[in-house]
Amino acid sequence: MSEPHLVDLAQASVRELNAALHALPAETNERHWQVRNPGGRHALAAGLTAPVTVEIFGHAGYYCAGMNQAASVVVHGNAGTGLAENMMSGRVHVRGDASQSAGASAHGGMLLIEGNAAARCGISLKGADIVVKGGVGHLSAFMAQAGTLTVLGDAGESLGDSIYEAHLYVRGQIASLGADCIEKPMRDANRAELFGKLSEAGLAGEVDVSEFRRYGSARTLYRFHVDHAASY
Amino acid sequence: MCGIVGLFAKTPAVEAALGAHLATMLAAMAERGPDSAGFAVYGAGEAGRMKFTLRPPAGSDADALLARLGIPDSDIFARGSHAVLRVPVAQAEFARTALARVAPDTVIVGTGAHMELYKEVGLPAEVARGFRLAEMRGSHGIGHTRMATESAVTTDGAHPFSTGADQCLVHNGSLSNHNALRRELRRLGYGFATENDTEVAAVYLTAQMQAGLSLEAALRGALDDLDGFYTFVVGTGTGFAVLRDPIACKPAVMAETADFVAFGTEYRALAALPGIESARVWEPKPATVYAWER
Repeated sequence: MSEPHLVDLAQASVRELNAALHALPAETNERHWQVRNPGGRHALAAGLTAPVTVEIFGHAGYYCAGMNQAASVVVHGNAGTGLAENMMSGRVHVRGDASQSAGASAHGGMLLIEGNAAARCGISLKGADIVVKGGVGHLSAFMAQAGTLTVLGDAGESLGDSIYEAHLYVRGQIASLGADCIEKPMRDANRAELFGKLSEAGLAGEVDVSEFRRYGSARTLYRFHVDHAASY
Repeated sequence: MCGIVGLFAKTPAVEAALGAHLATMLAAMAERGPDSAGFAVYGAGEAGRMKFTLRPPAGSDADALLARLGIPDSDIFARGSHAVLRVPVAQAEFARTALARVAPDTVIVGTGAHMELYKEVGLPAEVARGFRLAEMRGSHGIGHTRMATESAVTTDGAHPFSTGADQCLVHNGSLSNHNALRRELRRLGYGFATENDTEVAAVYLTAQMQAGLSLEAALRGALDDLDGFYTFVVGTGTGFAVLRDPIACKPAVMAETADFVAFGTEYRALAALPGIESARVWEPKPATVYAWER
């Protein structure tokens, strides 16, 4: 592998960094980028479309790796609000904690958070897979439609409130379940799905899938029910 | 929007540079609050003496004001558009009466044994420069950059709000029951200088503490009595406390090292602090009171 491209944000602007990353064609050979001195700046490595790896050394601000497609973004630190929001594909990996709304509306790809995620993790999730090694804050997976949220630690209040069809796997304690979110039986297919996501996150063999419980939609809020026909 | 910063020194080196650090932190939060800025710095103070931070009308001379007040054993110094009057504690009530009589146009921005409080409209970096914040030292300080939502862009509407000796409050968010609560507090005899929602929260906390509650208990009471969005940072003579509303509507991040505890609305506010690379950095939990005392 060739030498990584180094961008020092003590010298270059975020706009210069992102413009350079956006200019890369899908078949680029410049596949490894390293960003120094992020200083909590916003929108780092947002909107990427090429299959490159961007490593950020330090703490990132808001919307880091937002709208990501194909790229792999690693934050060696914490990330602020809206990490990997609306991600389409690729992989985002945070070594520290993530602030609120991590993975919001994400359609695809894998979001791995090694620390804790704050409130509203996976809000309106649309198909991505999120794995959090620590805990998640309140209202996580709020109105989540598709995809998976796997939490090795605890979940805050109102987990999965108004959830549609996303799959939630939690190993720790749950402060409370949100409206229309219920515990569901762990079937073989669920264990296989969970093991697949843990393997993708590099955690195969580190945790036992039998320690997790599954949560999902009771389907009383959004499904048409003939007994309620007069109310529609 | 709005930005909040706070810094609590654990070492003499950080105390000596407290103002310089706060100035950098405020400037980093300019995008969140370009309308006005303010800060409170808590110094060592002098035994038996009380400080009044004053905002006299523009063009006033501080020494002439001191002479007109006629308070025994008092002195005054100007700092930007404000002035700090120092009097013996025994003369504090006399000073208050004299100020109301001799200088009714002079606003008492804050009082206390330790606290000096400065606020002004304008960009945070310019406000900090105008008050020579970078030269100030202290044990702890809090600051605010304001994007006005609930009331006008005026110096009175800028934060921090101080409604008790050595107490001050900065707020990011907006309260929705401030009118009702203001009426209730007025009925109990508390006065208000503005129509600002944050002033109501400050008076509420002062009232709770005057009723005998600790700062921590007063903040827990705020969770029941205040409706709306808020991240509060409250300064007292001995430390500071942080509270976020139960749904954590407004952002907050904290950092701690062996040398300091710091608060910022965003990590950007903390990014220039010495040793931040190895600090413990975390997001304060909603509806949880965090307090540091010396």
